[in-house]
Amino acid sequence: MRVGENLNAALHGLLESDPSAYVIGEDILDPYGGAFKITKGLSTRFPDRVLGTPISESGITGLAAGLALCGDAAVVEIMFGDFVALAFDQIVNFAAKSVTMYGSRLPIRMVVRCPTGGGRGYGPTHSQSLQKHFVGVPGLSVYEMSPLHDNRAVFDAMLASGGPCVFFEDKILYTRRMNDVGDLFRHDVLPGAEDVARVFLEDPEAADCVIIAPGGMVDRVVTAMRSLLLEQEVTCCLLVPSRLYPFDAEPLLPVLRGARAVLVAEEGTAGGTWGSEVAHRIHRLMWNDLRRPVALVNSADSVIPTAAHLERAVLVQDSTIHDAVLEALRD
Amino acid sequence: MTETGAAVLSARRADDDDLALLLLIRHFELALLDLFGRGELNGTTHTCLGQEYVPVALRRLLTGADHVFGNHRGHGHYLARFDDPAGLLAEIMGREGAVCGGVGGSQHILRDRYVSTGVQGESLPVAAGVALHLKRTEPGALACVFIGDGTWGEGAVYEALNLVSLWRLPLLVIVENNGIAQSTPTTRQMAGTVRARAEAFGVRHHGVETSDLATIRDELAPLVAAVRAGEGPLVVEFATHRIGPHSKGDDTRDPETVRRARDNDWYRLYGEADPERFERADQAQRARVDAIVREVSARPPSRWRP
Ligand SMILES: Cc1ncc(C[n+]2csc(CCOP(=O)(O)OP(=O)(O)O)c2C)c(N)n1
Ligand SMILES: [Mg+2]
Repeated sequence: MRVGENLNAALHGLLESDPSAYVIGEDILDPYGGAFKITKGLSTRFPDRVLGTPISESGITGLAAGLALCGDAAVVEIMFGDFVALAFDQIVNFAAKSVTMYGSRLPIRMVVRCPTGGGRGYGPTHSQSLQKHFVGVPGLSVYEMSPLHDNRAVFDAMLASGGPCVFFEDKILYTRRMNDVGDLFRHDVLPGAEDVARVFLEDPEAADCVIIAPGGMVDRVVTAMRSLLLEQEVTCCLLVPSRLYPFDAEPLLPVLRGARAVLVAEEGTAGGTWGSEVAHRIHRLMWNDLRRPVALVNSADSVIPTAAHLERAVLVQDSTIHDAVLEALRD
Repeated sequence: MTETGAAVLSARRADDDDLALLLLIRHFELALLDLFGRGELNGTTHTCLGQEYVPVALRRLLTGADHVFGNHRGHGHYLARFDDPAGLLAEIMGREGAVCGGVGGSQHILRDRYVSTGVQGESLPVAAGVALHLKRTEPGALACVFIGDGTWGEGAVYEALNLVSLWRLPLLVIVENNGIAQSTPTTRQMAGTVRARAEAFGVRHHGVETSDLATIRDELAPLVAAVRAGEGPLVVEFATHRIGPHSKGDDTRDPETVRRARDNDWYRLYGEADPERFERADQAQRARVDAIVREVSARPPSRWRP
C-alpha cells in the first residue's frame, strides 16, 4: 500500500468512526479529490462533513477551530503546506492558546494537514518545510507523516491529544510504499516509545551512528545507511518519531548511548531548526556520554529554487547524509 | 458567462502586432503542455489558454512606468510586457538566459516593474504599497494587478481594497473571472459578486464581456485615465474562459462545460473574422515558438548560488 492510500484510508476511517469529524479544504471534493488526491472518495461518502472551501486558509482554519470548540473533530487540508503561513494566527493565537488561556483545559481536536517539502520543482512558495516555525508553541503539537507509521493510528493520537496539531506530509511520500526500508534493514517500534519507529541492521543498540529523522527523510536516510554499510562498513540506526514536538528524548537514550555519533536530519532549511531543539534535549540528558555534539543535517539556508538542478543543490540528499555521517564519525 | 448574440457575431479586430502577440502566447502555452507531455519539463505550470487576450488588450493602456503584478497563470502577463519568450521558457526549463536564473520558475518572476508570486492574494496589498509609492513619486503611473475569481477568497484582497479606496491609490485590479478556481466553480466559492464587493469598498467596477481588443480598449481608456488622474482604484472584471486544464492533466470539468469555454475561445473568433491573415500569423508564431523551444532546450542549465 502506498503512503497516500494509507492516509486516504485513515481519513475514510476517521469520518466513518467519528460522526463529529469533518474534513475541510480547497478542491478536496470528488471527482478532483484534492491537489494530491488524498481526499479521494471522502466527499462522495460523507457529503455533509467533507467541505470544499473557497481559497481562504486563515478562514477555514479558524472555522475548524470553531468546530473543535464545539467538540467536533476537524481536519483541515492546506493545499500546499507553504500556505499554512496564512493560517498561522488561527493556529498559534487562537487554537493553541485556547487549550489553556481560559484558565482551565479546553480540548481542541483539530489537525491541520500540510503537504510539504520539495523535490518536485514546484518552486519557492510551494516546496518549503515549515515545521520549525511551529516548534515551541505552547498547546500545539507538531507531527510528521511517515512510511513507518500507520496514519490512522497517528490521527487517533493527534485527536486524542486534546490540542491542535499540525501534520506535515512530505509530498514525495504519497507515492512511496508503506513500511519499505529496502532488503538490508529491519524496522520495529522503539521500546518505551510507541510513536518512534526504528530502522536498523542487526542490533539497534550496537550501531556506529544513530540518525534521528522525521518521516519525510526515511527514504533518503535508508539510502544513505545502505551506501554507508556497503561502501564504508558503517552501521546506522534510524529513529523516526511521529510527533516532532513536544519531543521526549528520554526513551531514545539506550540507543543513543551505544553510538559513536548522533545526527538529526531534516529537510527544513538551516537556522532555528527542529534538529537544534532535539540536539539540545539530547545534550542536556547525556552531554557527558557523547563523544561529540549531535550533528545537524538540513537543507541549505536558501529559498527552494524551481529548476531541478538548483533545487537538488539546496535540499538535503542521501549523499548529504552519507557525508555527514562519515564526518561525524571522524576522530 | 457565455457570450451571446451580437457579441459573438461582432468581428474581432486586432492589428498585426496584437494578433502576433496573441498567437505567440497561445503557441507558447501549447508548447509548454507539449513539453510536459513529453516529460521534458519539471514541476508544474498554469497556462492561460483562452485568456491570452486579457493582458494583450491591456498592454496599450499601460506604460513602462506602471508596475504589473502577474499571478500563477502569468505567462501571458509577462509576454504582453516583454517580447521575451526565450527568457521565459529558459526560466521554466532552468536554462541559461532564464529571467530569474531558474530559481523562480513559472510563478515567481521579477523583471523591471513586473513581479509575480505563487501565493494567492498576496500581491494585492503589495501592489497597494507600490501604488502609494507611485502616487507620491510618479503621479500618473499606476500599479496593475491580475487576480482570478478564486483569489477573492483571500482576506488580503479586502484589506487591500479598503486601503486603496481610503487613500485613493492608483491601483488597477484586473480580475480574470474564468468561472473556476482549480476544480471549484465560482458558484461554489463566491457568495455575491465581484462587482458588489468592489462597490462595497467604494471602488469603481467595470465588467468586460468581450474578447475584442478594440472594444475593450475603448471601454477602459477613460476609466484607466481616471485612475491615473488620482480618482481612486478600479476593478475591471473580465468574463473569460479557461480552455485548458488548471495546470496539466487535471481538468475534471464535464465535457459540456469545456466545450462551452472553447466556443468562446478568442482563437476561433479571431480566426473566423479574418481567416487568411489569421492563418499566416498563426503559422508564423507556431514556427517562432518551435524554434525557441529547440534553441532553449539545447542551452546548458542555468547557474545560481544560494
Ligand atoms: C494561498 C494559496 N492558496 C492556494 C493556492 C493554490 N492555487 C493555485 S491557483 C488556485 C486557483 C486560483 O483560482 P483563480 O484565482 O480563479 O485563478 P485561475 O486559476 O482560475 O486563473 C489555487 C487554489 C495558492 N497558490 N495560494
Ligand atoms: Mg478562476
